[in-house]
Amino acid sequence: MTDNPPLLDRRETVARLLRDRGDLLVVTGLGSATYDVAAAGDDPRNFYLWGAMGGTAALALGLALAQPNRPVVAITGDGDMLMGMGTLATIGAKQPANLSVVVLDNERYGETGAQPTAIAHGVNLTGVARACGLDAPEDIRDMNAVGTLAERLHRTDGPLFANIKIDARDYPRVLPARDGPWLRSRFREAVLGNAP
Amino acid sequence: MSKSWPDSLFDVLLRQKVRQIAYVPDAGHSRLIDLCTANPDMETTVLTTEEDGIALLSGAWLGGDRGVLLMQSSGVGNCVNMLSLLENCRMPFVSLITMRGEWGEFNPWQAPMGLATPDVLTRMNVQVHRVDEPDLAAPTLEAAIAQSYDGMLASAVLLSQRLIGRKDFEAED
Repeated sequence: MTDNPPLLDRRETVARLLRDRGDLLVVTGLGSATYDVAAAGDDPRNFYLWGAMGGTAALALGLALAQPNRPVVAITGDGDMLMGMGTLATIGAKQPANLSVVVLDNERYGETGAQPTAIAHGVNLTGVARACGLDAPEDIRDMNAVGTLAERLHRTDGPLFANIKIDARDYPRVLPARDGPWLRSRFREAVLGNAP
Repeated sequence: MSKSWPDSLFDVLLRQKVRQIAYVPDAGHSRLIDLCTANPDMETTVLTTEEDGIALLSGAWLGGDRGVLLMQSSGVGNCVNMLSLLENCRMPFVSLITMRGEWGEFNPWQAPMGLATPDVLTRMNVQVHRVDEPDLAAPTLEAAIAQSYDGMLASAVLLSQRLIGRKDFEAED
């Protein structure tokens, strides 16, 4: 086994992905991914999940199909993605060009005591995504590749899947709003104006 | 001769401007799925599991699309925790559910969720409308869509197995 470089810092990674976010619509998976996106700066075009484990990519898919001219990204953890792994097949079948799925992969269930996920035992989500027909680059391990990914999120030539190897450091939680109806209406107004 | 009930349901989807259909199939939904898939203005997504449809259609609504989830009663069991998304966000939601395990069903493995479906949905704050008469399928779906999307509610229309027709073990579907 060759030595790998140090793993990426999750907060720095997410902040870089969203630094020049343009009109990107962001859906976050429960737990740390939600806190990371909140830490990068609240925005009406963020939809934070606090539960619904396994549903992040599916929710982003429905949004991407409804808004085909806007880039949509799901940012979630490896635990959530493993629970919703079937969604990668659904995305592969639908081929939404404007959808990206970004996994912050620390090989841990971070909210519950850092128990190892299946990734820690050798499962390869990037390989799964490729087999499902998503465009999936090699696992991302450095900030240059994160910068390249940040630009790709705005190109609508997907569906794109990116697995980012992050360290398992536990940050203080940055809690966004938990009021679901408010988040829902705020998001819809940001995307649709005052649509009924 | 009047239209068949699946054709009438399709007319309701068009009239109510439902654009996204997500489904895990049932033989009872096959005609409606075919009609939706053939319509170029509809976005039809086949799921690997039913709870994905709840998340998917919530995303669709966030992006401005109305949706309906098609599934059979066994799929309701797969949905339970994901229904919390609807309640926590007061997402409008409609599911059209074909009932299995309740009327001459050949497969006993369909019986538990057939029996539990109305209670499970009700416990998760989904309004349940059961339809036993073919002529009432379309008006019930139309009422459910209007009420859900006007009032930010989750609702389910259960099409009884008697209405759909008993699934025959010997038949091809």
